[in-house]
Amino acid sequence: MYTRRRPRTVPLALAALTMAVSACGGARVGDTEDGAAAGGSSCVDTAGESVKVGLINSMSGTMSISETTVRRSLELAIEEVNAAGGVLGKQIEAVTEDGASEPTVFAERSTKLLQSDCVAAVFGGWTSSSRKAMLPVFEDNDGLLFYPVQYEGLEASENIFYTGATTNQQIIPALDYLKDELGVTSLHLVGSDYVFPRTANAIIKAYAEEHGIEIVGEDYEPLGSVEGIPTIVNRVRSAGADAVFNTLNGDSNVSFFTQYANVGLDAETMPVLSVSIAEEEVPGVGVDKLAGQYTAWNYYQTVDSPQNEEFVAAFKAKYGADAVTSDPMEAAYTSVHLWKGMVEKAESFDVDAVQEAAGGVGFDAPEGSVTVDGDNHHIAKTALIGRVNPQGLIDTVWSSDAPIEPDPCLETYDWADGIEKDQTYCGS
Amino acid sequence: MDAVLGQVYAGISLASVLLLIALGLTLTFGQMGVINMAHGEFLMAGAYTAFVTQQVFEAAGLSLLLALPLAFLVAGLLGVLLEVTLISRLYARPLDTLLVTWGVSLVLQQVARDVFGAPAVEVRAPSWLTGNVEVLGTPFTTGRLFIVVLALGSVTVLSLVLRSTALGRRIRAVVQSRGLAETSGVDSRRTDRLTFFIGSGLAGVAGVALTLIASTQPYMGSTYIVDAFLVVVAGGIGQIRGAVLAAFGLGLLQAAFAYSQSVSTAKVLLLVVVIAFLQVRPQGLFDVRTRSVV
Amino acid sequence: MSASAGSLRRPAAARAGWTGRAAVAGAYAAAAAVLLLGAPALLSDFRLRLLTQFLCLAMVAVGIGLAWGRGGMLTLGQGLFFGLGAYIMAMHLQLSDAGPGGRPSFMVTGSGAPWWWELFRSPVAAVVGIVAVPGLLALLLGLSVFRRRVKGAYFAILSQASAAAFALLLVSQQNTIGGSNGLSSFRQFFGYALNDPVNRRLLFSITAGLLIAMVAVVHQLMRSRFGELLTAVRDGEERVRFLGYDPAVVKVVAYVVAAVFAAVGGAMFVPVVGIISPNNVGVVPSIGFLIGVAVGGRATLLGPVLGALAVSYAGSELSARYESVWIYLQGLLFIVVVAFLPGGLGSAFGALPRPGRGRTPVVGSDEPGPAPAAQDGPSLVNEPEPFGEPVPVRTGEVR
Repeated sequence: MYTRRRPRTVPLALAALTMAVSACGGARVGDTEDGAAAGGSSCVDTAGESVKVGLINSMSGTMSISETTVRRSLELAIEEVNAAGGVLGKQIEAVTEDGASEPTVFAERSTKLLQSDCVAAVFGGWTSSSRKAMLPVFEDNDGLLFYPVQYEGLEASENIFYTGATTNQQIIPALDYLKDELGVTSLHLVGSDYVFPRTANAIIKAYAEEHGIEIVGEDYEPLGSVEGIPTIVNRVRSAGADAVFNTLNGDSNVSFFTQYANVGLDAETMPVLSVSIAEEEVPGVGVDKLAGQYTAWNYYQTVDSPQNEEFVAAFKAKYGADAVTSDPMEAAYTSVHLWKGMVEKAESFDVDAVQEAAGGVGFDAPEGSVTVDGDNHHIAKTALIGRVNPQGLIDTVWSSDAPIEPDPCLETYDWADGIEKDQTYCGS
Repeated sequence: MDAVLGQVYAGISLASVLLLIALGLTLTFGQMGVINMAHGEFLMAGAYTAFVTQQVFEAAGLSLLLALPLAFLVAGLLGVLLEVTLISRLYARPLDTLLVTWGVSLVLQQVARDVFGAPAVEVRAPSWLTGNVEVLGTPFTTGRLFIVVLALGSVTVLSLVLRSTALGRRIRAVVQSRGLAETSGVDSRRTDRLTFFIGSGLAGVAGVALTLIASTQPYMGSTYIVDAFLVVVAGGIGQIRGAVLAAFGLGLLQAAFAYSQSVSTAKVLLLVVVIAFLQVRPQGLFDVRTRSVV
Repeated sequence: MSASAGSLRRPAAARAGWTGRAAVAGAYAAAAAVLLLGAPALLSDFRLRLLTQFLCLAMVAVGIGLAWGRGGMLTLGQGLFFGLGAYIMAMHLQLSDAGPGGRPSFMVTGSGAPWWWELFRSPVAAVVGIVAVPGLLALLLGLSVFRRRVKGAYFAILSQASAAAFALLLVSQQNTIGGSNGLSSFRQFFGYALNDPVNRRLLFSITAGLLIAMVAVVHQLMRSRFGELLTAVRDGEERVRFLGYDPAVVKVVAYVVAAVFAAVGGAMFVPVVGIISPNNVGVVPSIGFLIGVAVGGRATLLGPVLGALAVSYAGSELSARYESVWIYLQGLLFIVVVAFLPGGLGSAFGALPRPGRGRTPVVGSDEPGPAPAAQDGPSLVNEPEPFGEPVPVRTGEVR
């Protein structure tokens, strides 16, 4: 064989030496107290006529399908606030960033928003991965994130305000509806393979055990794939549950409902309740396949209130008569107004002041009246169970009597004690 | 029994989808040693052709039947365009073609997004392709049955073309020995273009078929494409019968795994099996006869 | 003939003796000084963090430059090794955050972390693991694949499938490895708090130093007999075999080095960016690693590094301002650079120096020897025309 010359040690030694030299320079800080934000203090400039906020959404990549609509409603909300005089008399100036459907990009861009652009608050995020990626950034830099999407709960960060539903405002009311109104005694769980469906299903299983509902199957389809759909639908059909609880995401729903209809299942024999299908997704799946199926959200375009009529009209005026509004869009719209309310109550843009003042701030949102919970930073929301109608919109068939107080750690539900919870936020 | 038969059908259905996608890829891969990473986007182009056709002709059945040849044309022309502008310059560098076609796929995805919008669009299936046919108590969905028929039909037609027509002979000559074929008077460059046309056209047809079972959106090409590559590589370069066997092997195997495991685990197991198979038999199921020293 | 004759001559720098070595050492010192002292002084904290992130990607690029640019192995699955290094580092950081005997907060099943987490609890074990686990995996994969003479597009697709399988596996294991959320929220890095800017500068220094060391290693490898063999294997594997060498071993070594570099890049990526998820591991990011290498000039020494830095920077700047334009640009970069400038942008401007190998570079192309020869086709015989003259048709492979 060949012989290898001994590698020249000079460049390697040089590299090592320079590393060592630089390591010796600069004061070395040992373990500081946990949570001390040594480097992050706010640089927000509130002196001028305007105040900057950051908008971070995926405008490219696979998640952009959903997130561009959130961007639109954020921009509409900012326009409205500015037209009404701004926040504390200052106009809102939006700095936009593209998360590119990548959690690492979300982390990077939000760092830039907080450290470079010095924004007073950031609105956006969609997937739980993007939120988890941004969480340390906001905690370390003492920033504020307004997260507008329904998610799996079990989190309550000081630096995030969650304007989407947590599980006790969406999933649990849906289960109550299935049990009480539809008399369901067995459920088949179908979802995409990622955090939200898996956590949701853990909660559903605990609820089912408590209330005597049989879980006949739990199937996951890899994200972005549709190859396993026939297998899953076969299992759903042969297991023969009373209903299907559907946490499939995105385009897997198209495949699923096509196959489900083709094997002869329908909303009368085995209704499907979905938590990821909103007005935006209905045309892609096909109204004929979805008509009569159930959804669980906290807002529908058909909600009958003066605030919603205005919201829908304004949205259509700005983005076209064919545009539809959905729950995440409405939650994003509401979050801007809620932030305005918090800042005005605190009379300051300072993050600590806003956090102090947040509890109790309310807003007459298109979904109804919402109030911020100062402890867990979620908002009280009314649960609405809907059915897809032949026009492609969703009609409310049941609503909770009053806005439900958010309980992201499910502390008020004894049967939820056995569920695995992240100890950082849901301690004890 | 019912469940097993249902799984078998799921496996056959997956196999036929993979076969339809891999058929064109096998052709281009065998011809030019070129793996076309934009193949999934040609598929997408075919699906959007079906969408546009349906916008023009409301009737779902008519639009489907019209879309099949139209998609073949559209995707085929796209393929020829790609071949003439880029791939013809890269014959000496097949691996670079991989990367170039990846770049093309990025561009095509973005174009689809800008033209048709990011959300999925609906392509309605004709009524005679909805519902199912009961076989021994198991529902065999008609849409997927159509895809099985389409796949087998495409294989048959392609094999006939390759075996019996002059064009087929030229294609086979160029695959087996380009130099000798050129010496014999075959215009190998023109044959390449035709091969790419047919291969890409088949992708378009596959795209139309996919509108029956999956959503039509700009990123739909990436859904099945990794598996299609594996089918091509496992089947052996340029080997139609290899592609058929590999597609059915992969499809049925994945369905078999999924019978007892979760779908994700089945997918991982399948990938592991294919990787292992390729270690054992790197040239795939059927290889072109060679006088190499290996 | 000129190609083979040239490759046997001593590299020019070595012939020059001590002056050559001094020049090389000086170049490294200068680069180190600029990078390590200049950057932290000139850049804001945010930009420094970005640069550190790009340096991690550049580490992956260096390895790919060795394996692909010099070795001809197009690996579409570096995400696998990047991910392994990153996850091992992340596991260690989460365990050390949790304290002795503790376990990460997202994990509440049973008591204690799984045994394969505990392996990386000690810092030494973690560092060893970051190098050893991907290295061993690459060794196993490489030996089995290259001994079977799988090459070219087959190898590329295989590597892609491996990355895809790994990403799928990670997503499906939510309770033990974070699933699609990945692992995030790291408080400290081997004892140093991560939210302290001074320590972030330390991170930068470590990353930069490691990168310089890697470039030095590649430089050395390419100047040695091994480097000549590697390039020979790329250009004519059969001939190398006929000459009595085993190309498989050569390729395996290059592949393992590339894997280790990618793993180290992944490992440093974790404390800098603060999260690792299956999104960074699968098919798409694996191909993303290649574009920098292609743009910079895959067979040059500094090309992959500079290309990776440039592309990452462009992505960061452009995607902020012109979101969809960046995707088009990325696609076009792939197309234009790979198709028309295979030597990378550097070759277009004739700028990038190549470590002397004593042969006349072919203008505008990084393919050495007789122009178009299908070195890396899927055929199992890839001999160029036996009569030496560059023939303007494709290879005359015998089938």
